[in-house]
Parts: sequence; C-alpha cells; structure tokens
Amino acid sequence: MSIVLSNISKNFGDFSALHDIDLEIPEGELVALLGPSGCGKTTLLRIIAGLEQTDKGQILLNGEDKTQHHVSQRGIGFVFQHYALFRHMTVFDNVAFGMRVKDKKVRPNETEIAKKTHALLELVQLDWLHNRFPDQLSGGQRQRIALARALAVEPSVLLLDEPFGALDASVRKDLRQWLRNLHHELNVTSIFVTHDQEEAMEVASQVVVLNKGRIEQQGSPADIYDYPANAFVSKFIGQTNEFQLSHFSTDWFEKVGLPISEEITKDSIAHVRPHDIEITKTTNDTPVTLKDWQHLGALIRIELTKILPNGNPKAVFAEMPNEQFKRLQLNRGDKVDLKIRHAHWFH
Amino acid sequence: MSQSRIMPAFRPTISFTLLYLSLVVLIPLSTLVFKSFQLSFDDYLNIITNKRVVAAFRVSFGTALGAAVIASFFGFIVAWVLTRYTFSGKRFFHALIDLPFALPTAVAGIVLATIFQPSGMLGKFLKTNFDLQIGFKPAGIVVALIFISIPFVVRTVEPVLQEFDSRMEEAASSLGATRWQVFTKIIFPNIFPALLTGFALSFARGVGEYGSVIFIAGNLPYVSEIVPLLIITKLEQYDMPGATAIALTMLVISFLLLLLINLLQNWVRKRSGQL
Repeated sequence: MSIVLSNISKNFGDFSALHDIDLEIPEGELVALLGPSGCGKTTLLRIIAGLEQTDKGQILLNGEDKTQHHVSQRGIGFVFQHYALFRHMTVFDNVAFGMRVKDKKVRPNETEIAKKTHALLELVQLDWLHNRFPDQLSGGQRQRIALARALAVEPSVLLLDEPFGALDASVRKDLRQWLRNLHHELNVTSIFVTHDQEEAMEVASQVVVLNKGRIEQQGSPADIYDYPANAFVSKFIGQTNEFQLSHFSTDWFEKVGLPISEEITKDSIAHVRPHDIEITKTTNDTPVTLKDWQHLGALIRIELTKILPNGNPKAVFAEMPNEQFKRLQLNRGDKVDLKIRHAHWFH
Repeated sequence: MSQSRIMPAFRPTISFTLLYLSLVVLIPLSTLVFKSFQLSFDDYLNIITNKRVVAAFRVSFGTALGAAVIASFFGFIVAWVLTRYTFSGKRFFHALIDLPFALPTAVAGIVLATIFQPSGMLGKFLKTNFDLQIGFKPAGIVVALIFISIPFVVRTVEPVLQEFDSRMEEAASSLGATRWQVFTKIIFPNIFPALLTGFALSFARGVGEYGSVIFIAGNLPYVSEIVPLLIITKLEQYDMPGATAIALTMLVISFLLLLLINLLQNWVRKRSGQL
C-alpha cells in the first residue's frame, strides 16, 4: 500500500518539529527515515500511525485520506522503540491481542487465532517461548515478539520506531538482515526510523534524510551516498573531509587532482570521502604528514595532518585496504603526497 | 544463611525484623491470647456467640467491607484524575487527599455527624429529597470509613498509575483496541494488584476504626454498634475476659481476611507474570 504525505506540519508549543513535509512512498518499499536526534523523524512516524495529530496537511494510505482516523482505524502495525509488550500477558496472548479485540462480527474463533498466533511465532522463530512473559525475554526476542504482534492484524503499513536502538551490536547486525529478509518475504510497505546511517544503508531500499523538520533528500542508499543533495546529507551519510576553497590555494587543488571549474566560488567547500584520498610516500617537502592509523577490519583509517597556508594544522582522514597500506610501508611522521580521486562541491 | 548470599547483611536485618516484630507486634498480641486463656472454652463461646456481639461483628466487618469497596472505586478514579490530567489546583487536591491521614479521627467523626444527622446540612437534604437517613445508621459508619480510607487507595494506586508505560496503551490502540478495551485489558490488569493492596489497607483500617465512627454511628446495639466500641464498653465494666475474647476473635478474623487478600494478590500477580 502506498503512503502519500502532503504538507505535514507539526508544532509542539514554540518548537516546530516538522515543516511542510511532502513524501511519497510506493507500495512494498522498505524505507528508512534517517536523521540526527531531534530532527522530527519519530514525530513523522507517529503522525503516519495516528499516535500524534498533524497540525495541517494530509495523510493518504493507499489513496484513502486517513488524516482524521484514529490509530486503531488506520490499519497500521507499529513497533515501539522499547517494544511496549503487554507485561501482564504471555507472549502468546501478546501476539493474539490484535485478533482478540476485533469486533465480534469479524473476529476469528479461538482455534483460528491460536493457529495464526503460532504461525506468526514460528515466522519470528520464537514459538518455543509462547508461554513466557515479556520480562523473561532478551531484548532481541522482545523485538521479534513486538514485530509478530504488529503483524498479527495484517497491517497494510508497518511502522518501526528505532527498531534496533536498544539492542547490542551483534544482535543488531543479525536482526537487520533478518528484517530485510522478512520484508522480502511479506512485502508489506514498511517505514523504520533510525539515526544510524549504516543501518539505514544496509536495511532500506529507500532512504529519507531528515534534518530540523525538513526532508533533505530521498533516494536509494546508493543515490544518497554517491550524489548527496547538500552538505548536510554528505556529512551525515558517511565520513567526509571538508576542504574550504578559501583555506587553500587553487594550485593545491589542481595538484591533488581537483580542477577548479567555473561554478566553484571562493565560498565553495569540497567534500571528500576518506576512500577517495590516495596517499604516496614522498621525500618532497610537502606540508602533509602521517600522524597515526587505526585498523577497521579490512580497512585502515589513516590520520594525516595538513598544515594550512595560514599555519594551522588540519586533520585529514584517508582509508585504504589493509594490503595496500602494508605495501606502502609508512611510518608515523612520514611525509606523504595526496591525490584526491573525487569530491562533491557544495556552496 | 550460607556465606555466598549475593545480598549482604541478611543476618542483621532479619534479626532486627524479628526483634521489631516480637517487641511491637507479637508480645502485645500474645498477651491478648494468654489473657483470653483465663476463660474456659465454653465461656469463650458464650461471649462471642452472644447476639449483641455477633451483630457488632456483622456491623464492623460489613461496613468495613462496603466502605473498602466504595473507597477502592472512588480512590481509583481520584488517582486516575491526579495522574492522567493536568489542571489548575492539582497541588491543592494532592494536599487535600492526605488530610484524613493527619486529622484526628474524632474531629472527622464529629464533623460528619454534624452534617449527616437528620437536622444537619446534608442529612436534611437527603431526608427531604430521598427519604434517606445516613447519620446514626450503619450507612453513616460506611461514610465515615470511606472518608478515613480513601487516601490509602489513592496513595497505593497513584504511583503504579504514574509508572504505567503509556506506550502499552498506544500499542493496544495500534492493534485496533477501542478505548474501553485498552482500559479493561491493558490498564486495569496492571493496576489491579495495587488496587487490591489499597483495598486491603482500607478494609483493615475500617475494621479497627473507632474515633470517627462512634460519633456518627449512633451506637445502637444490634444495629450500629461496632466491635471496638463493644470492647471499650466491656472494659469500662471491668469485664476484662469478655473484652479480650472479643478482641482475640476480631484479631483472628482480620488476620484470615488479610491473608486471603494477600493470597488473592499473589495469585493475580503470578497469573500476570509479575512474580
């Protein structure tokens, strides 16, 4: 089911959480709402769910205007950041809840409910826990039960608020992949909120970057990484080095491989990903020295110090595969030459 | 008791607890038991099966039970309002709730008796409009007990309501539950153990209450005479054995009822995974 938001705005007192959000999400997508904390992403999710009312604008779910519908009438499934499982009910009763509160006329009988509940618990691979209470489960298990509970009402849209936020790193990695596979299997339009760009890139088919209540960019993870729309997205979506034209000479840019085209003005800033910087050992008297490096698994992150024309030092980060770094045989304090393969210019 | 206990200081704390229980609770209560042993069993039975005594027991436990039920209901609503809504004068309300704790119960009794007596402000209104008399009737006792015991319910339910995770309500709504279903299936089951505690406290308080009741009850034997008053009456007549026999019986019944409520509470908690 497609989701269309038009002109959504929300204020909390004097604080304006969302301004004029327009967003279209085609059916079957798995979308990440990505942004720093306080950017309005959770508010937007709660407005789509109906847990929060929008001040103005419209919410269309599958072409139907649901702006005025109560949360219980929107046909959505919501997974809360801290799961909000019913702690006085067993896992089984938690999952069955959505079916049991249905109107008598459409409510399935207990046998059907039991059958479906067990099927859902098997889907999340936790049927063996059906007699437990939420307090007896681990974080990852609670997360999956919360998901099963939300899926029990066959929602046309699945909304997840920071689904992996409260889990430890290894569980998070597993669950991300599991969620992606599950989405592939069920193909229900899903939106999840996250502040972790890596998570958004890894799980989502579409990423919506939010900042200060506005949408900065929407696109596939590759699009957003390779063609960031502005400096905010470029910085938020991955590591970048910023080179301000006013701090360097044009000659220097040309020497490292970045020709200055006409639209670049003296206020322009070049954003360079660490893996787009190449370094070579040199005996020239260049103002770039190798300060330190860290192992990030397959990659090495190299910390360089560049002395600016005004005499101040500037930290520059480069990344390269382990093997390549070994071949260069660099030591701390070595002088190096920079080569920049690619940069995004922002004004 | 073994050395590998995770929580330290088991020995000193349990010793202190036992010391406290024996000095303050067990020794005085066992004195009561020993005193009543001066009676033969037949005498004891005679005293407590006396019609006037049985009637007083009925009045005491009946009114305490009724008052506890009503206080639980209204106390829950008051706690709900105080935790769920913000309104002006809320702090004032908070202070007002605790007032019955601090007020000498006799003062409460006299005030209630004044307004509920047939010629009093509310008494007259009820009499003329509904032909209802509260003062000097068992109903008057219930009114006094509600006044005394509402804060017990409010103050036990309130913190639980306050800590209640409202996301659970949102989750239930998102699953299609109506507001009523959210209340009956999500909120109430989580509050119920606390409400039972409040009920038990107000019941216990109601059974033992003396000061506020005697002014409004009318103290008519067989109708509105409570057990504590009967005990005092016996004492005034230097009928020590009679007083202890009644007191002991009251003690045992109260203990059994509170134990029952406790077991019920345990059962509720276990059934809802809170143990």
